[in-house]
Amino acid sequence: MKGIIIMSNKEYIIKEADDLRWELGENFHDHIIESVYNEAGAIAAKVINQKEESKKFHFDQWLDRLVTSRLTGFPIMFLLLAIVFWITIEGSNIPSGLLASLLVDTIHPELKLLAQNIGMPVWINGLLIDGAYLAMAWVIAVMLPPMAIFFPLFTLLEDFGYLPRVAFNMDNLYRRVGAHGKQALTMSMGFGCNAAGVIATRIIDSPRERLIAIITNNFSLCNGRWPTQILIATIFIGGAVPAHLAGIVSAGAVVGIALLGVLFSLAVSWGLSNTVLKGEASAFSLELPPYRPPRILQTLYTSLIDRTIFVLWRAIIFAIPAGLVIWLVSNVQMGELSIAEHFINWSNPFALLFGLNGIILLAYIIAIPANEIVIPTILMLTVTTVNIVGVGSGAGVMFELDSTADTAEILYSGGWSALTGVSLMLFSLLHNPCSTTLYTIYKETHSWKWTVVSALLPIAIGLVVCFFVTQIWLLVA
Amino acid sequence: MADLHCETCPIHNVDNLIKLGINMEGFDYVIALTGNPNTGKSTVFNNLTGLRQHTGNWPGKTVTRAEGAFGYNNTKYKVVDLPGTYSLLSTSTDEEIARDFILFGKPDVTVIVVDATRLERNLNLVLQVLEITERAVLCLNLIDEAERHNIEIDHRTLSRELGIPVVPAAARQKQGMDELLKMIHEVASGKYVCKPYRMKTISKKVSKAVESITQKILIEYPALPNARWVAMRLLEGDQSVIDAVNTGELGKNYSENKTQPQHVA
Repeated sequence: MKGIIIMSNKEYIIKEADDLRWELGENFHDHIIESVYNEAGAIAAKVINQKEESKKFHFDQWLDRLVTSRLTGFPIMFLLLAIVFWITIEGSNIPSGLLASLLVDTIHPELKLLAQNIGMPVWINGLLIDGAYLAMAWVIAVMLPPMAIFFPLFTLLEDFGYLPRVAFNMDNLYRRVGAHGKQALTMSMGFGCNAAGVIATRIIDSPRERLIAIITNNFSLCNGRWPTQILIATIFIGGAVPAHLAGIVSAGAVVGIALLGVLFSLAVSWGLSNTVLKGEASAFSLELPPYRPPRILQTLYTSLIDRTIFVLWRAIIFAIPAGLVIWLVSNVQMGELSIAEHFINWSNPFALLFGLNGIILLAYIIAIPANEIVIPTILMLTVTTVNIVGVGSGAGVMFELDSTADTAEILYSGGWSALTGVSLMLFSLLHNPCSTTLYTIYKETHSWKWTVVSALLPIAIGLVVCFFVTQIWLLVA
Repeated sequence: MADLHCETCPIHNVDNLIKLGINMEGFDYVIALTGNPNTGKSTVFNNLTGLRQHTGNWPGKTVTRAEGAFGYNNTKYKVVDLPGTYSLLSTSTDEEIARDFILFGKPDVTVIVVDATRLERNLNLVLQVLEITERAVLCLNLIDEAERHNIEIDHRTLSRELGIPVVPAAARQKQGMDELLKMIHEVASGKYVCKPYRMKTISKKVSKAVESITQKILIEYPALPNARWVAMRLLEGDQSVIDAVNTGELGKNYSENKTQPQHVA
């Protein structure tokens, strides 16, 4: 260096690396990788002693062929899901009734009595006990039993190693619509929680494919929406068929909705990758983990703590203010009618076009922060605004729930039909992600634009789908 | 529930393992957990720290790094659970997190968790990690699965070959954790001196080029222990490494992280 070009040592290092790179040629990277593989193979050969292949290995291979085969893979997937839902639906009816009779029939009157005795003003009494407490009681009675059964079952499947097989069955479909095959994995994660599914998209390298995976993750039914779907299916679909078939038919309906969600995620991925997010699908390899015997006790424990209690706690936190709002809108009068009734009457004609009703729209607005409490909110509003004789004891008080059959009767007498049930299931699948998921999307993409797209696209699709289903239903029926 | 039994069991609680959860003040050593996806890193992490990081039979469960702490033999350890990765040579967001931490985060001990039933494939990553670190412990996890598959692994020979301690373990059953703790402690405190395996079959032309760059990097950054890896990445034209050399970030991270005395072999 004679001072013609003064180079720092750092620049000099990089310059030399550049020069040498040309000398070494393009297969430098491959050369290194090859060395790594060869030397790893040599070490492995010295230390591994594989005796004859075990029976377990053959069993694993046989099982893998069965659950990932083109012929049997998908039917087994549907069957497993249906069994899980069936056990959930059949198992949660009785505990739900017991919880309701404890929290609503027994404790609620006691609280009212106590409030009276200590001379609490009527409006505080109504707001706190008929609003906040009952909303919380309702959420626990309706949501706790299905979650306490569903989450451990689902976690057992996960722990066993089944979910990556689902992804394996699906990855080719995602590649064909121009998305990343790993989206099958993030979609499966979304079945637990959409916010977790959105974070999981970090395993996808290409920003284009990652955005597609983020936007469509909402089409995976999540923890918050499984109980909702199971409940609507039990009440409306199960209620419409003979009692001995109710469990199986409602389980089938939930599987159907979950599948529809997967179809929508494929269709929307296809739409996005052919319009605003154009590009080629990238290649990847998916490793199937070995099957591991599930640890039953630990699974029960973690799924109860991590999922059931977590989701229930979140639901309760949102249910309490929602209960206050419900009591207020059904008790504050404007002229002859309450605020709730004004809104319901005003929005009914619009809602009916989509097979829904004003109550559902109002419940949806009240429950925007947490969509898992939509159903309890709908039931509360139905009783307070449709004056059903003999149920409840005044505006803002939830009725006494003894079983899902009673619930169905009440809703039917409130003008609900099977069409309302179907539309509600569709709308519950196809609407904006919950606030936590939207916040996560914003954090992951750093883009208001894509966050807004992720929020509005599903609602638009939901309204269109509900509209056509309703109009065709009305034509045919 | 299972934890309760372990707290009271004198055999498991060897040399007072104290699970400190997320209380990470004033630690003495930093431990990084790395390995292929789905080898049980998070399960090992939970066993050490007493935390309940979500685990699952699912490659890619951990996409960000989780941190926790534990105390052992009056020494405080901070543990960093890294996302699983197949290779340190590719670059997706999750794999970069693992690579950058091992390279720039400068853990005192890198614990490589491998799946004993898939050892050969897992060794590919092990060799790459050994290229860039001086102190490592291999946790030969899922050894019970390997036995069930009639796979025998000579862990003593493996340890000699790799030049680092190898601990057979079944983290799901909490087996081998006390031995793992012991080896982590010995390596961290300098009692066990690692002689990590370095690759041998790279062609003369390549190793000459790597050697030449390595020397120049060491002049600029004399304390850098993984100059060879940096040299290889420069030869490949990895932009983030080029930037790190250019901005001097490479040397800075190294010196700043060394607040505690260095335990070089």
